[in-house]
Amino acid sequence: MVEIPSGSIPSAEVEDVELYHPHSWWTKYVFSQDAKIIAVQYSITAISIGLVALVLSWLMRIQLAFPGALSFIDADHYYQFITMHGMIMVIYLLTALFLGGFGNYLIPLMVGARDMVFPYANMLSYWIYLLAVLILVAGFFAPGGPTGAGWTLYPPQSVLSGTPGGKDWGILLMLTSLIVFIIGFTMGGLNYVVTVLQGRARGMTLMRMPLTVWGIFTATVMALLAFPALFVACVMMLFDRVLGTSFFMPAIVEMGTQLQHGGGSPILFQHLFWFFGHPEVYIVALPAFGIVSDLISTHARKNIFGYRMMVWAIVIIGALSFVVWAHHMYVSGMHPAFGFFFATTTLIIAIPTAIKVYNWVLTLWRGDIHLTLPMLFALAFIVTFVNGGLTGLFLGNVVVDVPLSDTMFVVAHFHMVMGVAPILVIFGAIYHWYPKVTGRMLDETLGQIHFWITFLGTYAIFFPMHYLGLLGVPRRYFEMGETAFVPPSAHTLNIFITVMALVVGAGQMVFLFNLVWSLFRGREAGGNPWRATTLEWQTPQTPPAHGNWGRDLPVVYRWAYDYSVPGAAEDFIPQNVPASDGVTREVPA
Amino acid sequence: MSVVLIFLAAIAAIMIWWLSGQRLTSKPWLETGSVLLPDHHGVDRPPVPAVKIGLFVFLGVVGALFSLAVSAYFMRAASADWWGMPVPRLLWVNTTALALSSAALQWAKREAQQGRVESLRPALATALALAVFFLAGQIQAWRELTAAGYVLADNPANSFFYMLTGLHGLHILGGLAVLAHTTVRAFAADVQPERLRLSVDLSTIYSHFMLAVWLLLFALFAGWANDFVDLCRTLIS
Repeated sequence: MVEIPSGSIPSAEVEDVELYHPHSWWTKYVFSQDAKIIAVQYSITAISIGLVALVLSWLMRIQLAFPGALSFIDADHYYQFITMHGMIMVIYLLTALFLGGFGNYLIPLMVGARDMVFPYANMLSYWIYLLAVLILVAGFFAPGGPTGAGWTLYPPQSVLSGTPGGKDWGILLMLTSLIVFIIGFTMGGLNYVVTVLQGRARGMTLMRMPLTVWGIFTATVMALLAFPALFVACVMMLFDRVLGTSFFMPAIVEMGTQLQHGGGSPILFQHLFWFFGHPEVYIVALPAFGIVSDLISTHARKNIFGYRMMVWAIVIIGALSFVVWAHHMYVSGMHPAFGFFFATTTLIIAIPTAIKVYNWVLTLWRGDIHLTLPMLFALAFIVTFVNGGLTGLFLGNVVVDVPLSDTMFVVAHFHMVMGVAPILVIFGAIYHWYPKVTGRMLDETLGQIHFWITFLGTYAIFFPMHYLGLLGVPRRYFEMGETAFVPPSAHTLNIFITVMALVVGAGQMVFLFNLVWSLFRGREAGGNPWRATTLEWQTPQTPPAHGNWGRDLPVVYRWAYDYSVPGAAEDFIPQNVPASDGVTREVPA
Repeated sequence: MSVVLIFLAAIAAIMIWWLSGQRLTSKPWLETGSVLLPDHHGVDRPPVPAVKIGLFVFLGVVGALFSLAVSAYFMRAASADWWGMPVPRLLWVNTTALALSSAALQWAKREAQQGRVESLRPALATALALAVFFLAGQIQAWRELTAAGYVLADNPANSFFYMLTGLHGLHILGGLAVLAHTTVRAFAADVQPERLRLSVDLSTIYSHFMLAVWLLLFALFAGWANDFVDLCRTLIS
């Protein structure tokens, strides 16, 4: 370190940018180029379409527990609900909300930028995403309804007449919607990556970035490399369906007629799909890891344990997730040696993931834990993620996966690990950052009700589901009927799960009400209600104005986790506060 | 999937190289203070514009797209119903046109850097015309092949040929739109060459990249790529 007199350092390392200034209400709030508005637009759209998927899960659960109770649900509808529920939740809710919602809001504010580097492309990204959502929803109104091929859309069944939507509009709209989504996401993704690379404030080295930014950044890089696989798969399947090619379609007799396809490889589709599909799990998980690290550190008033390890673990998980895809294909008849290879890589991922869990626990150890709502959700996330991750170790082994693969055990596993766990983080993050977005706190009592219903309720849903899976209850079945190996008690359990699913779903209405009510009646939050160190809490106005920082960009002097520093006057020191002894030290960039 | 894994390995190498310069082993909790200005603030090395970084990231995405498509090509080509497809002579002409278009852009880039608008204009116009010629030529090649009976759905080799050339053509078309915009700006009366410099530079990078992609695809269609893979197999075994 070199000591030099202060004042000789220019205030901003990055050149200040010329911002686009909106001229009308339309360009300010609708066709906005401000990342904060785009973030809110993304979030509202994602949550709205997520509610549709929630209702679909209700309908499925009602059918499973009370077959025939709702007369309009037949087998075709059931498969359409499964497909749309899965696709909406994974792509149009989780991916869009973490990257489009939190990414847009937090990246510029946390790295000290005025906005994303390409605001116009950012705006286009949202509108193209909205178009993708509308094309998806159009499936519900198209002749034949949406596709019922399952969210993995495996050919050949997805484009045959036996599958709902296979020969109608359903599958076409689904594939088109995915292609449009990927085009829109690429525009947004370029923004997130380049803003982290080029838009950071002076002093914000990579190793001073909050883990939230690290998580979103790494996830975006992965998404940019993984989504092209889905893109290629969708284009090729569209060719097969519309133009009669045989990329994926083998020779097949349908309803007594020989189709013109021949020689195609359905396994090829599975490879392409899971080359996207497995990184997708971590595209959702890594932002959640990052956000939860920040929530725990802030609300336990303690620096994150092992920051460097946390960064390395994020990067290593991101890299490893590209070489595990075929563990979704153990039952596709692959060569056993491949299964062995992919089981090994899969289990290796447990190491960096376990490091992260230990570090969260060690951050909590002897911390000044405030059981605020974000902290409750963060704690719930750790427990849920560990549970879901442990069953992942089961399913990662070929010999255990083969008998369990088509049972409810898999449904329970992935709902715990990539359904409930990230959703808990999303809730925690909304309770944490809502005061910055709106200037008001969310109501605490309503939040407590929401938390306990969601946390206990999701366990009541998915814990028994593991047991059903071990009994051998198959997944994807519209109706069980009389099956010798399934005892009547399993059906009782099914009813219990359904009742809990209805309760948890209804519990989310409390949350929605809280979001709207607090917007008008919530307690005034002030600029930094959680007494947090990161830059987004140091803006001159709350909610931050267009351009975020007023006249001067912030300068960063320390890392993001200076909580409870010995000798400091307060138990947190924001990142833009210089060293207390008045001497400006220089550290290498 | 080996093609895409090789591509990812290359991307990983670039990332490791970049991350290795980011002091990932530093201990940020011990280092309070302001940060030294990075090297690029020197006079001789102006900072890389964000849009250029953005273009490189985008090329990474495009690279992933084509490596995946080519991976699928090889996996599908292993099946029994795959018949080779003749390469029309016209493709040689098209390849030459695309290469010349890239070369013209390289020329335009040099002229733009030296601020010579009079020679920048014909360079850009040539590049644009040659790229349009390439696209028209590709469509003509499609028509010839279809007329000769090599239709899309007959054989997977045909399907891949039309799909890959189509995807590549769409990417060229996108680049053309940007290049056309730049060319129109260059022909404006009050043109400022220093403001065009970046645009021309970006178009040049993109054009070289798409040329490289095309050469690899062309090698694939002509069968050289298979010969190369066979050679590698022989060397390994």
